[in-house]
Amino acid sequence: MSDPTDPVLTVADLSKSYAGREVLRDLSLAVAGGERVALLGHNGAGKSTLLKLILGLTRPGAGRIRVAGAAPGDAAARAATAYLPEQVAFHGALTGREQLEFFARLAGEPLRVVGPLLERVGLSAAADRRIGTWSKGMRQRLGLAQALLGRRRVALLDEPTSGLDPVSRHDLYAVVDEMAAQGTAVLTSSHALTELEARTDRIAILREGRLVANDTLSGLTARAALPIRIRLTAGPDGADALQAALGGSRINGHALDLTCPASEKMARLARITALGGAVADVEMTPPSLEDIYRHFATTEGAP
Amino acid sequence: MIRRILAVTRLELGILRRNRWLMMATAMMTLFALALTLAGSAPTGSLGVDLLTVSVASMTTLAVYLVPFIALMMAFDAVAGEVERGTLGLVLTYPLTRGELLAGKFLAQLAALAFATLVGFGAAGAVAAALGGAGAESVLALARLVATAVLLGAAFLALGYAASALAGSAAGAAGFAVGLWLVMVVLYDLGLLGAVVYDGGGAFTRHVFPWVLALNPADAFRLWNVAGSEQVALAGGMTGAADALPGWAAPLSLLLWPLAGLALARAALGRLEP
Repeated sequence: MSDPTDPVLTVADLSKSYAGREVLRDLSLAVAGGERVALLGHNGAGKSTLLKLILGLTRPGAGRIRVAGAAPGDAAARAATAYLPEQVAFHGALTGREQLEFFARLAGEPLRVVGPLLERVGLSAAADRRIGTWSKGMRQRLGLAQALLGRRRVALLDEPTSGLDPVSRHDLYAVVDEMAAQGTAVLTSSHALTELEARTDRIAILREGRLVANDTLSGLTARAALPIRIRLTAGPDGADALQAALGGSRINGHALDLTCPASEKMARLARITALGGAVADVEMTPPSLEDIYRHFATTEGAP
Repeated sequence: MIRRILAVTRLELGILRRNRWLMMATAMMTLFALALTLAGSAPTGSLGVDLLTVSVASMTTLAVYLVPFIALMMAFDAVAGEVERGTLGLVLTYPLTRGELLAGKFLAQLAALAFATLVGFGAAGAVAAALGGAGAESVLALARLVATAVLLGAAFLALGYAASALAGSAAGAAGFAVGLWLVMVVLYDLGLLGAVVYDGGGAFTRHVFPWVLALNPADAFRLWNVAGSEQVALAGGMTGAADALPGWAAPLSLLLWPLAGLALARAALGRLEP
């Protein structure tokens, strides 16, 4: 076995244009075995194009991609890669078991793995019914089941949480963690920063075809340096008195909003508590995942 | 390679069975062939051939229209449907090449078509033989009919895949397939007929027309069956063109069409970025 910290997936100086429009520019990214990386960006930021390039479904304009030591689209790269498409419908006339057996045959896996795998994604009861009668969430689960066939070294999950109910979403997190624990490099794409991405080891953000961030969540949070929001509920003296002492903006007669940099949080808290009875309640909100993502993914955070 | 092709074939056969295409194709072939055979039992005496010969002649004409139609209806969804469902991009991330995918689908649908042809024409042939007798030559003609009908089906399956890969959407591919059928099976002959009438038995009719006719797979199918049996030709009334061509022309055309169609489909599929 290779060193687990060796990148299983490397993308170097990748560029791709469609009909003269540059979709990806000078993109470099590496994912090591066992690492979970979230790939974020708006629709049209180039996420799907990057995944297609890694899968060998389309050719790069410039740059280099290696998947488990092979070029994308090579038999070795394909055998090493699991893929969960964003929208996959399957043929409605087939049963879930038939469809999964087909994928097992293509992957060269024994058919005996199919039953446990269907059970694993909660499709045992529906396995012998036609996929045409299934819900969208069930089809998504079948897509996940085929991505779990064999032990692949790279997993590419395209917007895996879309269309999943909270329970299925929770199961998906477990599956991603388990893949990573087995040494698979997991790259999940998403158009938002949600729970799943927050649980990954690293977050890469694409904006207009360029990688604008590639860091851990805490690293991104520090770099964005977004202020903490503090909401105060005034005591009997009312919000006007509080505003006179602390500044900020009044929401109504008895509430006041303040912002402060994370580094000054404690100092500001001390000043608030010093006011004693003038403050009835304090509520502090750190920047949300959505705020941090928006900072990098829109021009707001442009360097 | 073979293992993966067979995996595709197996899945496609399952789909054909499940969505009743196999049953419908077989029923259509059998009903039309039986109807033509029973309707054709009247002129037997006047031509001096057995009923099976008349039946084969009628079924040849039927197959020219029906076999390409069934083949195109089976094939048009093959690529465009997978693109729409999002499964093409997924299967191609497995160690399955585009050529293997195409070969697997072709094998399955050709097997279904061969089954429908064999059962349909076989049943009609058996009825004709029981009612009006059959000779060694008419049995051979029936066997030739079945074999060439499968080749004709292979050609149009392959063309259907090419249309499916070029169209981009299943609805577009269906329109493309109907257009292909209309042009190659109906309008091509009408156009040639017009040219022959205009030419009035001139050089075009004698030297060019038979070759242009053999170039079309549907006409090559007809020519092969006509040239193969004098009696079928007599019953079918299509001797002129067959006599003007060397014996290899029509079979070569019908054998090459499936290969050319598959090559075209493979090239069209290769250009597709799912």
